[in-house]
Amino acid sequence: MKNLLYILCGMLFGVTLYKGEIISWYRIQEMFRFHSFHMFGVIMTAIATGALSVAIMKRALNKEGGPTYTLAKKPYQHGLWIGGLIFGIGWALTGACPGPLWVHVGVGTLGMLVTLFCALVGVVLYSMVESKLPR
Amino acid sequence: MNELYNPWPWYIAGPIIGSMVPLMLLIGNRRWGMSATLRHVAAACSPIKPPHLRYDWKKDTWSLLFVVGVVLGGFVAARFFPNGDVSNLSPRTVDAIAQLGFNAPHGLVPAEAVSLSQVATYRGFLMMVVGGLLVGFGTRYANGCTSGHAISGLSFLQWQSLVATIAFFAGGLLCVHVLYPVLF
Repeated sequence: MKNLLYILCGMLFGVTLYKGEIISWYRIQEMFRFHSFHMFGVIMTAIATGALSVAIMKRALNKEGGPTYTLAKKPYQHGLWIGGLIFGIGWALTGACPGPLWVHVGVGTLGMLVTLFCALVGVVLYSMVESKLPR
Repeated sequence: MNELYNPWPWYIAGPIIGSMVPLMLLIGNRRWGMSATLRHVAAACSPIKPPHLRYDWKKDTWSLLFVVGVVLGGFVAARFFPNGDVSNLSPRTVDAIAQLGFNAPHGLVPAEAVSLSQVATYRGFLMMVVGGLLVGFGTRYANGCTSGHAISGLSFLQWQSLVATIAFFAGGLLCVHVLYPVLF
């Protein structure tokens, strides 16, 4: 049952990335040039919705016998800066972050299959040099 | 129903995307993020397995099921209620990319650079191969991407994710305003 819910939520997310034109290389160009509010509107309302929901759920946490949610922390490391910059450059070059890369598979954007494959190779490359990178 | 056929405005798309954060917490107490799925697939398929890829990725089946849904969602949307060419793209963006030598906007990606036949061209190689490598490498180094850091992390009010989000945008701005004009 839970498995089905994960698939359904993924579908809703995939449809939304497509219909909101978030997987468009052109929209990403527009965003980084500050020529339109569209992408900023998407990201800001997404964060606001997430933050508001989490705030409400935190209150439910405090009730005895209530449900427990883990707000897992990602620890600080210098990779946040360096890796973040590297990813940002890739995001602007490809016009896609990992979510949109998967959507493109369903849409059938063949060039993006190359991009996705190279992203997987990038993960392997990172894994090979991980111990030598500043943390 | 017409709304299904037209592109969705930001105030519809944004809240749906943001709702993934509470939905994943409610369904299975999961922290929502997409880039970990790249790691899982690499761990499952890579012929070489450095320590970073040696872990029990099957414990995170939920995120791979989510990805199955994302792929299906892309298929269903493009097949049954497709968008036309990108709507109302800013004329200034149209001008800017024309100056870089790209064609008038058509489809989701500029096919003159991003398509199978262009892999061995200068632009195609940069945008698909180099870009893809940077996305994979960078998201692992930063331990997250736009969904896991910018949306989940900021929803949890975690400052580490603010650092990552600032770095993502700094990298994107650097790329669009410095690298594109130099390289293209």
